[in-house]
Amino acid sequence: MSLQSGEFEELAMPLFDQLYNFAHWLTQNREEAEDLVQETYTKALRGFSSFQLGTNFRAWMYRILRNTFLTSRTGLRAASTVPLDLEEVGADLAVESETPETILMSRSNSQLLQRAIENLPLHYREIILLCEVEEMSYQEIAVTLSIPIGTVMSRLSRARKTLRDGLRPELQKG
Amino acid sequence: MVCESWKAQLDTYLDGELPEEEARNFDAHVRSCSSCSADALSSVQMKRAVQVAGKRFTPSTEFRRRMQQSIALKPRRGFRLGWIFAAAAVVVVLAAGVLTSHYLGTQSARDHVFSEIADLHVATLASSSPVDVISADRHTVKPWFQGKIPFAFNLPELQNTEFILVGGRMTYLEQTPGAQLIYDVRKHHISVFIFPDGALRANLDGESISRKNLPFNMETWSQGGLRYFVIGDASAADLDNLAKLFRAE
Repeated sequence: MSLQSGEFEELAMPLFDQLYNFAHWLTQNREEAEDLVQETYTKALRGFSSFQLGTNFRAWMYRILRNTFLTSRTGLRAASTVPLDLEEVGADLAVESETPETILMSRSNSQLLQRAIENLPLHYREIILLCEVEEMSYQEIAVTLSIPIGTVMSRLSRARKTLRDGLRPELQKG
Repeated sequence: MVCESWKAQLDTYLDGELPEEEARNFDAHVRSCSSCSADALSSVQMKRAVQVAGKRFTPSTEFRRRMQQSIALKPRRGFRLGWIFAAAAVVVVLAAGVLTSHYLGTQSARDHVFSEIADLHVATLASSSPVDVISADRHTVKPWFQGKIPFAFNLPELQNTEFILVGGRMTYLEQTPGAQLIYDVRKHHISVFIFPDGALRANLDGESISRKNLPFNMETWSQGGLRYFVIGDASAADLDNLAKLFRAE
């Protein structure tokens, strides 16, 4: 069944703000984020007729955006500096006894946290954002990142640990 | 450590991804274990902090305008290249439309939507994680949909009723994103689907729903630009009571 551009606009424009936010986090630059979103929408509109009805449109859009980013110059550079995931290592304990969350919350310091997220390797940054900010289910994340659900869980766990570890020195400074 | 296995599940629990029964067990454990409840609290605080910090960048008005223009412009290009195919397609569609309208009326379009709704309901019940947001609190479930669907809706207060809110999930009908809410009443599961009314092409009003091909009771209505469907194996009276609560919102 062919889908019309009017339908595409109806489905895709509500995602515009979220996709831009995600793109900016990936590229860490306004112009590049705009180019990335623009290219994502162009590709998605071109491929809209092949979009499978009944599948998740949001995950489809994020997947296009991410794949476009990964093949860009900035994306290639970012991806090449990512350490290999140690997916096979058992998940670390979700929470340790000493955590910086309470201090962080009491200081309400969003900038500290934003810096820590910025400093995360790409694969950790994107999975944290998809889970916490976009509130995607593990299934949606699996589709977006083209990885199995088990990998979503282990990578998310490591990303959270890395984020907490990254916050510790920042908090001690403050 | 005594709670090691619980703590390993903590993030999955807070992400709403534990299967229903495990989530219930976890819930019971957290309530009785101070160490796990303290950890749960820190993790929730971290989740919220990341959520706030992560919503950081907004597109400029100028960029939004450019994007909207570029999407609206695209079809013209396609028309130039493929006008012969487009014209042929129009002829075929028109011919098919004339022929099929003899056999299929609006009734079949309605039935199609109703059977799609029934399929969505069954698929949800068969799923190992039927809801993406598990909560009996409407003030938790409603905000979860924010940013996920292109409309807002109100959930009724259930105090002094037999209904229990189980949770919600995103769903799709005719490529339209919508909300699905699961309620329990005396061990019967009921789904409430909400979609933007204009997005559904079939005319859904009119005569009452035929149960001929439908294994469930169902009720549908339009209100405030939204189309509601209530479906389940509970009695028609139960469904009607739940529908009334939504209509009163």
